[in-house]
Amino acid sequence: MLLAEGLRHSFGAVRALDDVSFGLQRGRTLAVFGPNGAGKTTLLKVLAGLILPQRGRAQVDGGRRAIGWIGHQAQLYAQLTVLENLRFWSSLYDVPDNEFLPRKDDLLQRLGLRDHEHRRVSELSRGLVQRAAIARALIHDPRVLLLDEPFTGLDRMAAEELRELLSEEAAEGRAAVLVTHNVEEGAELATHIAFMRAGRFAHFAPRAGRGPQQVSEDYRDAIA
Amino acid sequence: MRMLQVGRWLTAIGLVLLAGVYVRALSYTPVEQTQGLAQKIFYLHVPAAIWAETAMILVGLASVFYLFTKDPRLDRFAAASAEVGTIFCVIVLTTGPIWGKPIWGTWWTWDARLTFTLFLFLLYVGYLLLRGAVPDPAMRARYAAVLGICGMCEVPFIHLSVYMFPTLHPMPIVLQPGRPKLPGSMLTTWLLSLGVFTLLYVGFVVQRYALSYLREQLEAAGEVGHA
Amino acid sequence: MRSPKLLRHAWTVASKDLLVEFRSRTAILSAAVFVVLVLVVFNFGRDPTAVSNVDLAPSILWVTFTFAAILAMNRAFQLELENQALDGLLLAPIERSSIYLGKLIANLVFVTGVELIGVPLLALFFNVRVLPYLGPLLALIALATIGFVAVGTLFSAMTTRTRFAELLLPVLLLPFMIPPLSWAVLATGRLLAGRPLSEIVGWLNMLAVYDIVFVTLAVFLFPATVNE
Repeated sequence: MLLAEGLRHSFGAVRALDDVSFGLQRGRTLAVFGPNGAGKTTLLKVLAGLILPQRGRAQVDGGRRAIGWIGHQAQLYAQLTVLENLRFWSSLYDVPDNEFLPRKDDLLQRLGLRDHEHRRVSELSRGLVQRAAIARALIHDPRVLLLDEPFTGLDRMAAEELRELLSEEAAEGRAAVLVTHNVEEGAELATHIAFMRAGRFAHFAPRAGRGPQQVSEDYRDAIA
Repeated sequence: MRMLQVGRWLTAIGLVLLAGVYVRALSYTPVEQTQGLAQKIFYLHVPAAIWAETAMILVGLASVFYLFTKDPRLDRFAAASAEVGTIFCVIVLTTGPIWGKPIWGTWWTWDARLTFTLFLFLLYVGYLLLRGAVPDPAMRARYAAVLGICGMCEVPFIHLSVYMFPTLHPMPIVLQPGRPKLPGSMLTTWLLSLGVFTLLYVGFVVQRYALSYLREQLEAAGEVGHA
Repeated sequence: MRSPKLLRHAWTVASKDLLVEFRSRTAILSAAVFVVLVLVVFNFGRDPTAVSNVDLAPSILWVTFTFAAILAMNRAFQLELENQALDGLLLAPIERSSIYLGKLIANLVFVTGVELIGVPLLALFFNVRVLPYLGPLLALIALATIGFVAVGTLFSAMTTRTRFAELLLPVLLLPFMIPPLSWAVLATGRLLAGRPLSEIVGWLNMLAVYDIVFVTLAVFLFPATVNE
C-alpha cells in the first residue's frame, strides 16, 4: 500500500532524510519516534507528495487521493461551519454527494459532532476543533493516514479517544504512519515501530507485543 | 578567489577605458549643434540605459533556467545582474536630469522614457527587497526566479509605452530601423562607450557573483562549525 | 477530462473564499468606506473652474479600484496560512493552477463588487455621464482589473510568507500596475470625454494582450511559489 525506497533529501547542508526505505501494508500502523529535527515531518511530507525527494521515491497506492493527513493544525476555515468545511474539502477530492452525505453523518456521529454540524469552527472549543479536523481528514475515505504529532495539545481523554478511533480505522484496513516524539502515546497503536535519528531509521521492527513502557526503554537505548 | 580578481581587473580596466571614452567625448568629438555641451552626457546615459534593460532581461533568462535546473549558480548570477542593473538604472536616472535641466529647464518631467526607467528601477528594487525578505536560500531562489521572469516580461510592455506617448525625450537615433543617424565620429564614441559599459557590466557581475559565492561558502563553514 | 475539473476545483476554491469574505465582511466594508472617502475628499479639494470633473474622474476611479484590489490580494493567501489550510490544498488531488485560478476569481469578484459601487457613486457625486459609454467602460475596467489582479494574486502567494507581507506586496506590484493602470486611466479619460471608440480600441487591445500574457505566466509560475 505504501512504499519508500532509498529516500534522500537535504535542506541546504542539513540532511533530513538519509536513505530511508520501508513498506507498509493494509491495516498496519507504523509509529516513527525520534527527537526534533530527526526528519520525521520531512518523511511524512515526502510520503504525502508535498516534497519531491532529491533521491529515491515514495509511492502510495492511489496517490494523493488516498491520503488523509492529521496534524496539529486543523486545516479548517474558522469562519465556515463544520459542514461547510467538510463539503469544501470533500469536493476537492471529488467525493460524490451520495457518498458524502452518509459518510459525513457517520463521521460526525462517531466523533460526537452531530450537534455542532452547523456551528462555525471559530465557535468550537479546542477539543471539538480537533475532532472536526479528524473528520476532515477522513471525509474522502483515505486508505492511508499520515499523522504528524497528532497528540500535541490533547488531554489524556482526548488522546485516548484518538487512539480508539485510529484502531477502528486500522481495523477497517487503513494503513497509517504516525510520527511523534512522545513514545508512550503512540506505541499502543503501532504494529510496527521505527526510531529515527538524523534522517535514518536506527531501528525498524514489528512491535511484537511490547508495551509502551518497554518501547520507551528501547527508544532510550537506541537513541540516547 | 580567482574569479573575484578577474572581476576586479575587468572593472578597473573598464573604469579606465570609461575615462578614456570621456576624454574622447569631451575633446575629440564634435559638439552637437542644437544641444551643445549637454548632449555629451548621451554617451554615458544611453549605454547605461541599454545595459539597465538588458540586465533585467538576463535576470529573467537566468530565472527561467533556474526554475528548470535548480542550479544555484543561475540564481547567484541573477542576483548579481539585478544589483548591477540597479546601479545602471541609477546612472540613467541621475544623468537624465543632469541633461534635462539645461535642455528642458526642469530636473524631472514625467516624460515617458524617464518614467519608465524609474519603473525599471522599481522592478529592480522590488526584486532585491524580495530577496532580502526571504531567509531560506531555496525559497528565496524560487521566489526571486518567479519575480525575475515577471520582470523580464514586463520590460517589453514598458518599452511599448514609450512609443505610445508623445514625449519631450529625443527619439532614438542609434537604435532605430535603418542606419543610425549619427555622424561618424560621434557614432564611434558612442560605440566605444557601449563597449566600455559592456565591460563594466561583466566586471561588476563577475565580482558580485564571486562575492556571493564566497559568502555562501563562509556560511556553510560556519554551520558545520556550530553543528 | 482535465479542463473541466480544473475549473470546477478553481470555482470550489473561489466560492469558499467568497463565502469566508462574506461572513467576515471586513474587507468589503473597508473598501467601500475608502471609495466614499476619496470621492468626498476630491470633491472638496478641487476647484471646479480649474479642473473639470471629466478630467479628474478617471484618476479617482482607478485609485479606488487599485486600493480595493490590494486589500483583497493581501487577504487572499493570508486565509490559507491560518490553520495551515494551504498544506491541505496542496495535499488535495487538484492541479496547483486551480488554487491560483480560484484565488484569482475570488479577487476579481471582490474588486468587481467595489467597482460596482464606485462607478455609480462617481457618476452621482461628480455628475459625470457614464451611461452612454457603459459598454466600453465596463470592458475597459474588466481588462485592466484582470491585468493587475492576475499579477498581484501570484505575488501575494509569495509575500504572505515573508516578514513584511502587507508592505511588500504593493511595493512589488507597483511597476506591474503602472502599464495597465496608465492605459486604463488614459482610455477612461478619453471615453468619458466622449471621444470616438476608435481611439480607445488600441488601448483595449493592449490591455487584452497584457492580460493574456500575465495570466498565462502566472498560471505557469504559481506552482513554483508553493512547491518545495
